[in-house]
Amino acid sequence: MTPVIQLENLSVRLGNRDILRGLTGTLSGRTIGLLGPNGAGKSTMINTLLGFYPPVAGTAKILGYDIRTHAKDIRRLVGYMPENDTFIGSMSAVSFVRMMAELSGLPREAALERAHEALFYVGLGEARYRQVGTYSLGMKQLAKLAQAIVHGPKLVVLDEPTNGLDPPARQRMLKLIKEMRDSNHMHIVLCSHLLKDVEDTCEEVMILKQGQMVYSANLEDERKLNRRFLELETYGVQNGFVEAAEALGCECAALAGGRVKMVLGTGVEIRDIYKLAAERDLQLRRLSYRRDTLEDIFLKAMEFKGAPQAK
Amino acid sequence: MAVYKRTYKGYEGAQTPEWSRFLILPRYAWESLFKQRFLLIFYVICFFYPIGAGIFLYINANLGMLASLIEGAGNLKGLEIDGKFFYIFSSVQGSLAFILTAFIGPGLISPDLSNSALPLYFCRPFSRTEYVAGKLGVVAFLLSFITWIPGLLLFLLQWSVGPEGWFAKYSWIAPAIFLSNVMWILLISLLALALSAWVRWKVVAGALLLLVFFLSTGLAAAINAVMRTDKGSWLDITSNSGRISLELFRVREFMDYSEGQGISIEEAWVAQFCALGFCLWLLWKKIRAYEVIK
Repeated sequence: MTPVIQLENLSVRLGNRDILRGLTGTLSGRTIGLLGPNGAGKSTMINTLLGFYPPVAGTAKILGYDIRTHAKDIRRLVGYMPENDTFIGSMSAVSFVRMMAELSGLPREAALERAHEALFYVGLGEARYRQVGTYSLGMKQLAKLAQAIVHGPKLVVLDEPTNGLDPPARQRMLKLIKEMRDSNHMHIVLCSHLLKDVEDTCEEVMILKQGQMVYSANLEDERKLNRRFLELETYGVQNGFVEAAEALGCECAALAGGRVKMVLGTGVEIRDIYKLAAERDLQLRRLSYRRDTLEDIFLKAMEFKGAPQAK
Repeated sequence: MAVYKRTYKGYEGAQTPEWSRFLILPRYAWESLFKQRFLLIFYVICFFYPIGAGIFLYINANLGMLASLIEGAGNLKGLEIDGKFFYIFSSVQGSLAFILTAFIGPGLISPDLSNSALPLYFCRPFSRTEYVAGKLGVVAFLLSFITWIPGLLLFLLQWSVGPEGWFAKYSWIAPAIFLSNVMWILLISLLALALSAWVRWKVVAGALLLLVFFLSTGLAAAINAVMRTDKGSWLDITSNSGRISLELFRVREFMDYSEGQGISIEEAWVAQFCALGFCLWLLWKKIRAYEVIK
């Protein structure tokens, strides 16, 4: 399968500042989260991938097309929802989205039909004949999403899509992103500093810090990996429970109050742990996976100083 | 897909040819421009003179027949239609074109810049060149319909109704009509677009367009007087345009300069192309998806 984004030592300098420094990595997930604190270079990376800024060194490939040599081919396949208020205020939403579809190459009739569909899809069906300039912030975000998907792109880049939205509007936007992801028609790059949004919607994540990639991993794999870490709370006499678990190949640490931390050995399943406890008449009052949340991963990445860390 | 089925669907249908996409911008711009009644009325007024000129050419060519219908009219002789007739036509229509540009031009790029809409254009298979060509097309096509297109139609009319041998004698007028008007249209359109890109307030951009023409003449005269040179005329875009038109239409009696004074016709052409190049450079600097602030 062609990777969605391939970064090859990508460096970008704006003015006299290095904004992106030697980014290298491959992202192939259906939904890719681009994380980082403010000023980390997330938007610059997106703008560079779209060909708005020229790289000073290295290159990148989007769906197999090089950004240096095939910028137009990339733009044919990409839909972009910018972070800021970007619209043509004097146009009605349907004219605005239709024009954007036509500029992407759709014939007039198809563009009109898809503009209506896209506006209904994002939930602006009833307001589609109103001027975009009169929309509320949430509606403008939805109109921006409609113009990004109207031409049926293979990759949609969403730059801070939930910015400035109230909780119901934010939920609605996230629901739309999940629906688009599950439609299997497109890949999504979600650029955000809201960890919850990325955790809820993305399969793969890349964390940037000061223009460098400090972490990149598939969240799903990471979650699977973390399923081997357990925290148990036992009640009663342990009767060699820990030793028996270690004999099965688990790494254990017995803590005060009957708590046990455990890393399951290869081939050991939770069922085996229940069995050990039952044999010793030991009550298991709590069993939880001790998995890193995205916040843990993010905070660890932010502490990171040194060479990029790609998994 | 029916609109009630709110599911996402990709698009695999036909695509329009890439070369034609710059024409999308004029289509949408005209749709909104002609919603303004004043502009529509003014545009209609711009056709009065060409229609009147057409009627005049017809009557002028048929004066003999008219004389035979009017008792005691004697032997009426029509005016000779030469470069002067088409020069006056181009000047009148050129002035109207300028006023029209002052109304339309400043509102073409500034709203896109104030609404930060440029990334939405350039994230599509649509280049900066196509964007400028599209915006230029909004003005240039409208102005063409009131300048060189009716001018050439009048030329054809005169050829068909005029005396024998008229075409052979005045065939050079057709390229003169086309070249002088196209140069003028390009100059005022690009200048209006450049001002629209640099000055985001529409009213100020419109006023600046008028000022540029007056100021360039004043500045050129001041440089010529202070420096005791005639090279200041390179900046006088109004005079250089007039000079080029007069030469193209071979109307020497209207020329208010004597030989050896001011810049030569070749220099006037170069000055005009430099002015066009400068406008394009201004546009190129400003028309970007995102501005990089150094």
